[in-house]
Amino acid sequence: MTTVPKIALKNVTKHFGPKKVLNGIDLEVAKGESLVVIGGSGTGKSVMLKSILGLLTPDSGSIQVDGVETTRLRSREREKLLHKFGMLFQGAALFDSLKVWENVAFGLIQGAHMPRAQAKEIAIAKLGAVGLGPDVAELSPAELSGGMQKRVGLARAIADEPEIIFFDEPTTGLDPIMADVINELIVQCVKDLGATAVTITHDMASARKIADRIAMIYQGQIIWTGHARDIDNSGNAYVDQFVHGRAEGPIKMQIKAL
Amino acid sequence: MGFLAATGRAFLIFLEATGRLALFTGSALSHCVRPPLYPRQILRQMIDIGYYSLPVVGLTALFTGMVLALQSYSGFSRFQAEGAIATVVVLSITRELGPVLAGLMVAGRIGAAMAAEIGTMRVTEQIDALSTLSTNPHKYLVAPRLIAGLTMVPLLVIVADIIGVFGGFLVGVYRLDFNAASYINRTWEFLQPVDVISGLVKAAIFGFLIALMGCYHGYHSKGGAQGVGAATTNAVVSASIMILVWNYLITGLFFSTK
Repeated sequence: MTTVPKIALKNVTKHFGPKKVLNGIDLEVAKGESLVVIGGSGTGKSVMLKSILGLLTPDSGSIQVDGVETTRLRSREREKLLHKFGMLFQGAALFDSLKVWENVAFGLIQGAHMPRAQAKEIAIAKLGAVGLGPDVAELSPAELSGGMQKRVGLARAIADEPEIIFFDEPTTGLDPIMADVINELIVQCVKDLGATAVTITHDMASARKIADRIAMIYQGQIIWTGHARDIDNSGNAYVDQFVHGRAEGPIKMQIKAL
Repeated sequence: MGFLAATGRAFLIFLEATGRLALFTGSALSHCVRPPLYPRQILRQMIDIGYYSLPVVGLTALFTGMVLALQSYSGFSRFQAEGAIATVVVLSITRELGPVLAGLMVAGRIGAAMAAEIGTMRVTEQIDALSTLSTNPHKYLVAPRLIAGLTMVPLLVIVADIIGVFGGFLVGVYRLDFNAASYINRTWEFLQPVDVISGLVKAAIFGFLIALMGCYHGYHSKGGAQGVGAATTNAVVSASIMILVWNYLITGLFFSTK
């Protein structure tokens, strides 16, 4: 018996103006696994995540979540579907008009209509889970350092216990130690929730730590997928070049403008 | 051929922008009347627009009323019509200058702030974050601002009317030596309900337009700090021009004698 994948993309394309960003993406994520998508800047990683969330509508192809087609959902159904998702944004994307705890509790109060006092208790518990004390709860996001903002973003992403969590470059812009702290928190949170995780990154240390499986995206296509432990002997020249960070290889960086 | 192509392209861009604005307006309006509404957000916007605009609108109205009395005295005294000053002041303020000047001041203060806030939320992915937390950004960000603009600007204009007429009274009585009782009498004598009501209808429409332009340009801003700056400018300029155009149209509706 074959199980239905949690997320399945088939031949998804998306272009902006003349530029094809997604060029026929095929990808499956099984329930409960942690997939890391690696690839250079501008290869379509973020566009892929945003297409799955419905923030962008793909030009063609199919995106299924739990076997249900999502590309043509109406906004009400989309809102319902998004209850399954949590996302940690690259810049944390905290609401700066709200306090830290209100940020974490946002999905609970607005989405699940929980009373504020109860939501606050959960928010403080979630902040504790990412290593932040209750004193942080009353601060505004602007008063926090980059690493703390990422942790609050993580707390917000896991607050209403999503089935699927997306991480958009979780370690970018952090020092190596804080990056490792975030990596461990991600592994811990995903394990505690039993959630399915998709992470996009170009930080190989992070990918090795988080991933069960790794996929490499290049020019809008998935060119390699495999188990995380096989990443060093993938037999794929593109993957090798990326993993070892060499300037020379099949991937040509466009240095000069055309 | 190059000329035709350029004209056609400009025309298409114009049509696209018009269509996008119409869709945005339709969607935002439908969210204003469909629950859930966000009372907290509406209240915050009402205080921002109504309460914090009081000083600037009050000062504008005060000096406008004062200068009106002074100017009409110097003009009317040439043909011994000084007695009409009180009437001229109250009609000019309630019909035209109250709503238009208050509208322009609020456009500068509130339209710009809305575009900058929503634009920053757009470029820092906060609007995407709202969607992933199952909250419709049109409902959460746009609808409360439209409701607050629509309701608070008329209230501001009532205050502006009163202060403006009072400004005229001050100059009339203390500078031009009118009798206070007869000035007040003259003020009421020719004032009709339609003068005030037309001004308040204008105010409601101006308030709506200001909020709409602020939200629309902020929502569609892109490209970091420069994009947000452009959105702010566009919001204020387009709101100001729309105020002047609609002012003419509404005046035509209320007072055309043909």
